[in-house]
Amino acid sequence: MLKVRVIPTLLWKEFGLVKGVGFDSWRRVGPVLPSIKVYNKREVDELVLVDILANSANEELDYVSVADFSQDCFVPFSVGGGIRNPNQVQRLLSAGADKVTINTAAFENPDLISAIARQHGVQCVVGSVDVRYTGNKAWRCFSHSGKTDTRKDVGEHVRQLEASGAGEILITSIDRDGTMSGYDLELIETVVNAVKIPVIASGGAGSYQDMVDAVLKTGASAVAAASIFHFTHLTPSGAKEVMQAAGIPIRKNYIKK
Amino acid sequence: MKVGIIDYGVGNLSSVKRALEEIEINTLVIDQAGQMGGADKYILPGVGNFTNCMQYLNGNGWTEAIREEVLGRKKPLLGICVGMQLLADSGTEGALMDGSTEGLGLIPGEVVAIKSLGCQSRIPHMGWNSIKIIYDCPLLKGVDEGTDFYFVHSYTFVPGMEGVVQAQTDYDVTLSAVVGRGHVWGTQFHPEKSSLAGSRILSNFVSDLC
Repeated sequence: MLKVRVIPTLLWKEFGLVKGVGFDSWRRVGPVLPSIKVYNKREVDELVLVDILANSANEELDYVSVADFSQDCFVPFSVGGGIRNPNQVQRLLSAGADKVTINTAAFENPDLISAIARQHGVQCVVGSVDVRYTGNKAWRCFSHSGKTDTRKDVGEHVRQLEASGAGEILITSIDRDGTMSGYDLELIETVVNAVKIPVIASGGAGSYQDMVDAVLKTGASAVAAASIFHFTHLTPSGAKEVMQAAGIPIRKNYIKK
Repeated sequence: MKVGIIDYGVGNLSSVKRALEEIEINTLVIDQAGQMGGADKYILPGVGNFTNCMQYLNGNGWTEAIREEVLGRKKPLLGICVGMQLLADSGTEGALMDGSTEGLGLIPGEVVAIKSLGCQSRIPHMGWNSIKIIYDCPLLKGVDEGTDFYFVHSYTFVPGMEGVVQAQTDYDVTLSAVVGRGHVWGTQFHPEKSSLAGSRILSNFVSDLC
């Protein structure tokens, strides 16, 4: 049976990990490489890495850091932030990334995702979508790290990403980001129902129960979280224990023989 | 022991190379078919689509070189993900119209869309899934029934004869997880991304057992 994944999201800026609230007020939380080593050693299911500097500056991507991360990561990881063309994707995959997350570029260049899917397969393109609630069960997509209002409705956009060839959707509520007040379950359910590809819930996890709810109440294939793992004593393996007790299939670590 | 990683122009080999180094195995990245022959065993990775991969293999002399090493010189081969699918006789992914593309023909079978088997679950089949062991083959030594591995695929290997599927996984329908025939092996999952369980598979492949 396919397991529900618990995915720590690591936002990095030069050599440090950071975390904000509502995509703002960044706090430094420690160095990147040791965190990846610890998660790898603890056999985490998967990692999502986002270079927030590449997102905001228009600089070339940090391939050297990605190559360093991959040296110590024997579980799948995706890399995002500032990706705008297929050549960059090729270089990130060569550096060891398993998937790339595309957000802003999907609005600016709708053909990018299909180009990546054609060349590398749908499994390596994650359509990342950041939204704000606009009332009446509607959410609008924001690009450029939550700064630009694209005026696009979330349902319409995720269906378009799926049609272009995204293999997975990472849906983040900007309103809940960093607040640890729980996922926006209505949002996640809307996205899960809009597409037939796996959906990763993101934004707002504050307790293990939030993760259980995201899976049981919305049908998400995976749950991503950052603050909860950075700022509290809670861990991915702790989350999986509670999820298992709630009847959710989770991956057990390999016992060496 | 030297393991040759076949670099025929698609995908990311660094994870496979790194995972082998982690268990102290010498690797040789082979990026020209003419250089085949310098390794004791081979790994055939693959991403993207079947037809695309076969075009690369056929266009640059890889197909004959691989067949010569594996069938002529009896050297063990492990295909990973699309690399495993390429071992089959044929595959429909990326083929024109309703046709299919000829594969390496090292393990009888054909590669078809998971959806075509009637699967109602979300595609791609992506994430950690447990395996059901059919045969206690050398590649699965020390790996228990129910161990989780990392899968990511939309197409699947359908065996053309009995005995070649060594392990399966369930995703609404039953999918081939490990195939093997003689000294030719394939895993649909990514051992290089399956943490310690995957490392055990790679150790088994490089051991004298396989």
